[in-house]
Amino acid sequence: MRKLKNLAWLALMLPSLSWAQVSEFDLDNGLKLIVKEDHRAPVVVSQVWYKVGSSYEHNGITGISHVLEHMMFKGTKNLKPNEFSQIIADNGGEQNAFTGQDYTAYFQKLHKDRLEVSFKHEADRMRNLIIDPAELLKERDVVAEERRMRTEDNPQALLRESFNAAAFMSSPYHHPVIGWMSDIQNYDADDLRAWYQKWYAPNNATVVVVGDVDAKAVLDLAKQYFGPLKPEQVASLKPQTEVEQRGLRRIEVKAPAELPYLMMGWKVPAVTTVEAEMAWEPYALEVLAGILSGGNSARFARELVREQQVATSVGAGNSLFSRLQDLFMVAGTPANGKTVQDLELAVRDQIDQLKQTLITPEELARVKAQVVAETVYEKDSVFYQAMQIGMLETIGVDWVEGERYADRVNAVTAEQVQAVAQKYFVDDSLTIAELVPLPLDGRRPTRNSGDAHVR
Amino acid sequence: MFVRAFVCIVALTLSATSWASPDIQQWTTDNNTRVFYVHAPELPMVDISVVFNAGAARDDEKHGVSNMTAAMLDEGAGSLDADAIATAFASVGAKYSASSERDMAVFSLRTLTEKNAFNTATEMFNTVLSKPTFPADAFQRTQQRFLIGLQAEKQSPQAIATRAFYENLYAKHPYGVMPSGNPESVEKLTPADLQAFYQQYYVSSNALVVIVGAVDRKQAEKIATQVTAGLKTGAPAEALPKVSELAEAQLVQQSYPSTQTTILMGQPGISRDDADYFPLYVGNHILGGSGLVSQLSDELREKRGLTYGVYSYFRPMQQLGPYQFALQTRNEKAQEALQVMRDTLTAFIDKGPTEAELNSAKQNITGGFALRVDSNSKIADYLAMIGFYGLPLDYLDSFNDKINAVTVAQIKDAFKRRVNADKMLTVLVGGETTQAE
Repeated sequence: MRKLKNLAWLALMLPSLSWAQVSEFDLDNGLKLIVKEDHRAPVVVSQVWYKVGSSYEHNGITGISHVLEHMMFKGTKNLKPNEFSQIIADNGGEQNAFTGQDYTAYFQKLHKDRLEVSFKHEADRMRNLIIDPAELLKERDVVAEERRMRTEDNPQALLRESFNAAAFMSSPYHHPVIGWMSDIQNYDADDLRAWYQKWYAPNNATVVVVGDVDAKAVLDLAKQYFGPLKPEQVASLKPQTEVEQRGLRRIEVKAPAELPYLMMGWKVPAVTTVEAEMAWEPYALEVLAGILSGGNSARFARELVREQQVATSVGAGNSLFSRLQDLFMVAGTPANGKTVQDLELAVRDQIDQLKQTLITPEELARVKAQVVAETVYEKDSVFYQAMQIGMLETIGVDWVEGERYADRVNAVTAEQVQAVAQKYFVDDSLTIAELVPLPLDGRRPTRNSGDAHVR
Repeated sequence: MFVRAFVCIVALTLSATSWASPDIQQWTTDNNTRVFYVHAPELPMVDISVVFNAGAARDDEKHGVSNMTAAMLDEGAGSLDADAIATAFASVGAKYSASSERDMAVFSLRTLTEKNAFNTATEMFNTVLSKPTFPADAFQRTQQRFLIGLQAEKQSPQAIATRAFYENLYAKHPYGVMPSGNPESVEKLTPADLQAFYQQYYVSSNALVVIVGAVDRKQAEKIATQVTAGLKTGAPAEALPKVSELAEAQLVQQSYPSTQTTILMGQPGISRDDADYFPLYVGNHILGGSGLVSQLSDELREKRGLTYGVYSYFRPMQQLGPYQFALQTRNEKAQEALQVMRDTLTAFIDKGPTEAELNSAKQNITGGFALRVDSNSKIADYLAMIGFYGLPLDYLDSFNDKINAVTVAQIKDAFKRRVNADKMLTVLVGGETTQAE
């Protein structure tokens, strides 16, 4: 039982890892500031998180959170279009932004001395954005190109988009983060102004700073720049609760492709939606995901890829931290000579085994060892640490829950894994999607010398 | 998650400053392996990489052999099969990975430094590196996986364009080979081919070891010896042949049922020890290497809304790596986008940057130095680069000075001599509207 002994020492390491020095502040205008000191390198990551994303949207304006994120670089009362990016670059910084279903976030990575640059301009664009109609027209084109690149010309992404639209009927997880193409091409400036007005305010934002900083000094800086901003009456969000699924849903997507692809998703609770006395369930599903596809020794790799050779690659993923009810996903490519149906049957057989037979102590210990090690490894990245805090706060979960992740996983038993398998892996809440390849009709390249054609 | 800006792939073309660069220690093991080590005591973990000069440039006629050799090491070693190897790493939370590009084959281990985890992980790492068995059944499965991977490439216009770019840019030079090989060659490979490749290139004289983490010098010395134990001494790989410049402009077009056209343009660029490295690096940073604030991004994205992302980069390698420009745009705009990209390049070669642009670039590169070495994994990547390409140990210390020394005149001169807008390879993959008339 050597592996079990391994786990014992791993568990013992846990308390010593809770060294993180995190401070939390609430400004008078409702802005939340969370600072995590990490003095390994003279750098700082600054992130501003807004409680808005595609799951806040309705039909007709899908993707508007994302296009607004683009417009946040297009000028304020104090800055010209793209000047924000130039200022950060001139200060040796890296910067970007991202939009998800449940959040929109902006970040800069800077030398620790330059945090002020971030705060000054993030505070500015939190309240002073200008939506110029001409800039919006161009940016709609840019986002349309982004959609073509990510989705239209990517068969697996097309499948995922249709999959979500089938799995979710009334939940806003139905529509893609980037939005439907016809919505992207039809926002007007007033749509954007209204969306900005509605969600961009200090009382709907969390500022996360991780790095070689002093929390008190960061608070002073935050008071200086974000403190004067006026709070807003933030709109109350309609629940858009997903209706109960009443039976298996199965779809096909036909697209030019070489390889078929399978997606299966079951509705499962997230930490935000689970009943209090069942709080362990999402973590049992985490362990279950680890048992199936936590690396090269997990069941999928061992049995489906190597032993049965029914999949070339196949993975499983749980949605622990979502604002609304979400999915446990399995997706994969059949091996040569195998079909999507073969792969589906093999996955179903794996699920049945989890329902019928307890996972072994060695497997459970392995998943826990991986989780404990990961809590150390992820501290190698200040950015990741900030991400975790900001994401949790923005979906309405105390950031401390992130620090407790390994503890919660460690508390999961084999019986609990079996229990969630039996409870949630039922066909009535299952959606299955298959990518059916259409011919690519790829021709051999034609080649011309001389540059007459390209000038 | 949708990231707004196109993240540039500026492969290991990074910068530094004098005050905060890591203290690199270097030595050679008894078995002729060079070791590069940085002590990082803050987290109870260590990153260990073993790098061989055994990338796809060594494939010879057996395209794909380097990649498959790298992929097969943990499929069987000593008396263990893939299950046992994977379980050993996972049971202590260790992470093993293998990758192989054109120049390097890189094997990496990340483990906790707690004794039990550390011992289990490093022992297994050594077993995998020194005693691979290339079992027949695992070989067959891996071969099938590679063939599927090659099929998957065909449903990605970007992958198709990249293949066409390298094949046409390098013609018969080893860099023209895609690391993933091609179906004809991969089908013909045998376990004996992998074994032979391993015997020739996975030798201690052709290896370097990188160690970053919470281990002291003495422990690091032990690690370096231990993980490479059992490797034959062998000999370093020979120098690769020189790359020929393109004799004339070349256009490759491929029809593909996509809504966008992928455009790649370029020519052979620079080697890692190139005398023009700094002027070209800083110049390109201004032209197309600085994301949203580059000239190309300004012309194509900000002014015209033609693309989500456009970039250019030098990829310095053992021999001349590519200087590449890339973008995607809707099919009907492909010719316009290509024209703007070419015009922007031509204007840059003619006029060079302004003093203000150069100052901005210097502030960005030098001011961001701390970010480039702010984690163990980033430092480990630098050590691999410094070691593999034989860069001086003070590479990081002196980097900012070298950036600051670059002048507008040097950039203009270097671009005029080294970049020829009239001899570019251009690859277009996309819809019918991009066909030449």
